[in-house]
Amino acid sequence: MSVAAVEPATAAGETLLKVENVSLSFGGVRAIRDVSFDIRRGEIRAIIGPNGAGKTSMLNVINGFYHPQAGRITYKGATRRRMRPHQAAAQGVARTFQNVALFKGMTTLDNILTGRTLRMHKSFFWQLWRYGPALNEEIEHRKYCEEIIDFLEIERIRKEPVGRLPYGLQKRVELGRALAMQPDLLLLDEPMAGMNLEEKEDMSRFILDVNAEFGTTIALIEHDIGVVMDLSDRIVVLDYGNKIADGKPDEVRSDQKVIDAYLGVVH
Amino acid sequence: MFYREAGQYKTTYQADMSVFPILQDRIGLALIIVAALVLPLVAGEFMIASVMVPFLILALAAIGLNILTGYTGLVSLGTGAFMGVGAYACYKLSTTFPAINILVWIVASGFVSCAVGVLFGLPSLRIKGFYLAVATLAAQFFLQWCFVRVPWLYNYNPSGAIEVPSRTLFGIHVTGASATPTTRYYVALAIVIAVTWIVSNLVHGRVGRSFMAVRDMDIAAQLIGIRLLRTKLLAFAVSSFITGVAGAMMVFLWLGAAEPDAFNINQSFILLFMVIIGGLGSLIGSFFGAALIYVLPIIVRATPETFGLTIGAATVEHLTYLITGALIIFFLIVEPLGLARLWQIGKQKLRVWPFPY
Amino acid sequence: MSFVYSIFVDPFVQMIGAPDLLVQTLWEGLVGGVLYALIALGFVLIFKASGVFNFAQGIMMVFAALTLVGLHEKGVPAFLALALTILVMFALALAVERVILRPLVNQPDIILFMATFGLTYVLIGLGELVFGGNPKNMITSELLLPSGSLDFKTLGGLVSLQKIDIAAAIIASLMVAVLALFFQKTRIGRALRAVADDHQAALSVGISLDQIWVIVWFTAGLVALATGIMWGARSNVSFALEIIALKALPVLILGGLTSVPGAIVGGLIIGIGEKLGEFYWGPLVGGGIESWLAYFIALAVLLFRPQGLFGEKIIERI
Repeated sequence: MSVAAVEPATAAGETLLKVENVSLSFGGVRAIRDVSFDIRRGEIRAIIGPNGAGKTSMLNVINGFYHPQAGRITYKGATRRRMRPHQAAAQGVARTFQNVALFKGMTTLDNILTGRTLRMHKSFFWQLWRYGPALNEEIEHRKYCEEIIDFLEIERIRKEPVGRLPYGLQKRVELGRALAMQPDLLLLDEPMAGMNLEEKEDMSRFILDVNAEFGTTIALIEHDIGVVMDLSDRIVVLDYGNKIADGKPDEVRSDQKVIDAYLGVVH
Repeated sequence: MFYREAGQYKTTYQADMSVFPILQDRIGLALIIVAALVLPLVAGEFMIASVMVPFLILALAAIGLNILTGYTGLVSLGTGAFMGVGAYACYKLSTTFPAINILVWIVASGFVSCAVGVLFGLPSLRIKGFYLAVATLAAQFFLQWCFVRVPWLYNYNPSGAIEVPSRTLFGIHVTGASATPTTRYYVALAIVIAVTWIVSNLVHGRVGRSFMAVRDMDIAAQLIGIRLLRTKLLAFAVSSFITGVAGAMMVFLWLGAAEPDAFNINQSFILLFMVIIGGLGSLIGSFFGAALIYVLPIIVRATPETFGLTIGAATVEHLTYLITGALIIFFLIVEPLGLARLWQIGKQKLRVWPFPY
Repeated sequence: MSFVYSIFVDPFVQMIGAPDLLVQTLWEGLVGGVLYALIALGFVLIFKASGVFNFAQGIMMVFAALTLVGLHEKGVPAFLALALTILVMFALALAVERVILRPLVNQPDIILFMATFGLTYVLIGLGELVFGGNPKNMITSELLLPSGSLDFKTLGGLVSLQKIDIAAAIIASLMVAVLALFFQKTRIGRALRAVADDHQAALSVGISLDQIWVIVWFTAGLVALATGIMWGARSNVSFALEIIALKALPVLILGGLTSVPGAIVGGLIIGIGEKLGEFYWGPLVGGGIESWLAYFIALAVLLFRPQGLFGEKIIERI
């Protein structure tokens, strides 16, 4: 794939997020067992592993939707037992979802504008009148959202309700909504699942552009190993909730444990 | 033909983001308001007092419920009781402080209802979906019980009902027996227009988007940084404020007196039907829904008479039930988004007329 | 201080002071609870099989009872009327499947929920239109149900058990047992549980959704009929029973929407709780608290267990 040629622009910065000894279980099911890894500012970090390895749960822990039973999370230098969803969002963690989680009844534009919620500060009182400060604010954010729409090439569907859009476009709108938050850390949960080759290439390009142009740190889960190897700077491999490998794509590729996990060697 | 937007270019975001971006829509809205203003000059007293005033008030209550159910996705079966809170609050306030302008008390009773609504909205953080719908029944039955069992609320009136005192506004009687239907109509119209305008502002901005985000996908909304409890409580507050105002208007500008039974569970259901048939998450739909559901019994009553038949009042009521129920099922099947969606489709057709698309 | 006393001490003193009254109250609560549980049961059946929150279940009960009594009033012998009512319930199940479920199958749950509101109103309108809106007496003796009461001189007083209540408790237990066997042991029961888990998967292994839905709604209709007869015998038959039928909703959410044991336990808790509350605590606030106490009990439980007592714990996934 041609995107492989793009050199990661800002790899190997300071540590943005550090996950230490995190364990998470639901009743008797242990989804994550004592996993530690870090994400450095500006890199593209992939989390891979077979189905049920705990990848999505890991993202849920990072942005505070699940609360781990043990472990610590250090984000932007502050160490916490757990994140809270609102806190994570306020501190610049944005997210897309495995099964598209758009606001189906709203238009593309409204979905992306909703991503700006935390940056809109005009009070309820001003919202009641709309004309005046609230509308000015609205217009200012509309401009920003239009830039994202432009960047993702979704101008035509600006005013379409997203429920009616095809899957590939929905994924793109969802990325747009996450970008509207101007995140420092962008979590992408299988951004290319169910896409054809062309759509995957588009999405890969967007991810690399976001990383290069906005300097956004990205953590992504993806099953297409080819794409992962090409895109990411470093890879964490999870299997049955355990971390089995961590390193640069080449190192991970040749790791025996990773090969075993993917080929299904009996544990 | 006439409904074309060709040539109407929007050159600013402000123009693009206005509530009625198409010129013809703005003209249409102006015409409707003018028509509403001149209506009392041409229509009879029955039309004003028994059709238009109730229609406006029920539409307002439906808007209130729509904020909660249509925009925020929280089904409420207690709307009738919240109208009751508004009505009783207004009654208490206006009889305790008779000197103060009645409009002030109508608005103030909205705030009372708002506070009660927030209180009963608190469980909504933990309880979702159908569970919450049942929880709102707690509000319905508890509040209704209060209206019967707390004599202080109806000033120890032996009949157990509340009767509207006569109040004036700028020297004109607006409530009570001496107020003319036309005056009451204009007061109701003014309030309804004002509240609708404010609500429209609200739902087209940040607040409305966070309501809808919670409705469509609450988890994603939360991870974007929308605080669920705060947003849901805000929806409860706005919604019960509006229903409270509508409740106060119902007694003060329409019925003139009310018993606790006026705010029973059937009233809650009727309002829910208005919202469903009109269109969940649509302000104009609330007006359509109110018109259809309120006018329906009148039509059912009038239709056989025009053919020279007489049917009993009880039969009319039963028929109304039957038709209302059938209409709800019909609309849910044909167009789950209600009359508002049909209206939109109609406009779309008109835009491209005489071509199919 | 006396207020605290009258809430936390006095009612219990009364209970111990007059055990016969306590037993009587408990019994009334128990029977009420069994009947709530039956309405809730019909509801759980439908919810499990089709995912529809059937708001009309309570009205189906009244409608069934009204049809039975109404037919008898028009001169149909009691047991023929019973058979005809069963036929009517079957026709209703068919109609619901054709007119409501089939066209709405892929709509969100909330739309189906709303549709059952429509069904509620249709049933009220239809029932009253055909049989009249005035309250009617249940044809208890014609259906060979016992009447009168069994009185026990015990506990220093008199405890009086209505025979119809005893019959209701027995019939309810039998119905629950039969239904449980039906769902565990028969082919249809298995298909039904499959549909409950996943519509599409069930379809793909050749289970007919339409058929299952008709069966489930018919079963729920039969449960409604039985409940209607029992309630009707205790009060009279009219759509005023709707308010009582609505109480099945807190029972339901208390037990958890999908659990049959939950519906039963929930019914008993609500039934007994509201009778005790009304009898011992009601007078403190002027009585009549039965109208809302059930909802508050359910609400209080939900705050601690949002999925109800027996519901499956909700793990939100994304």
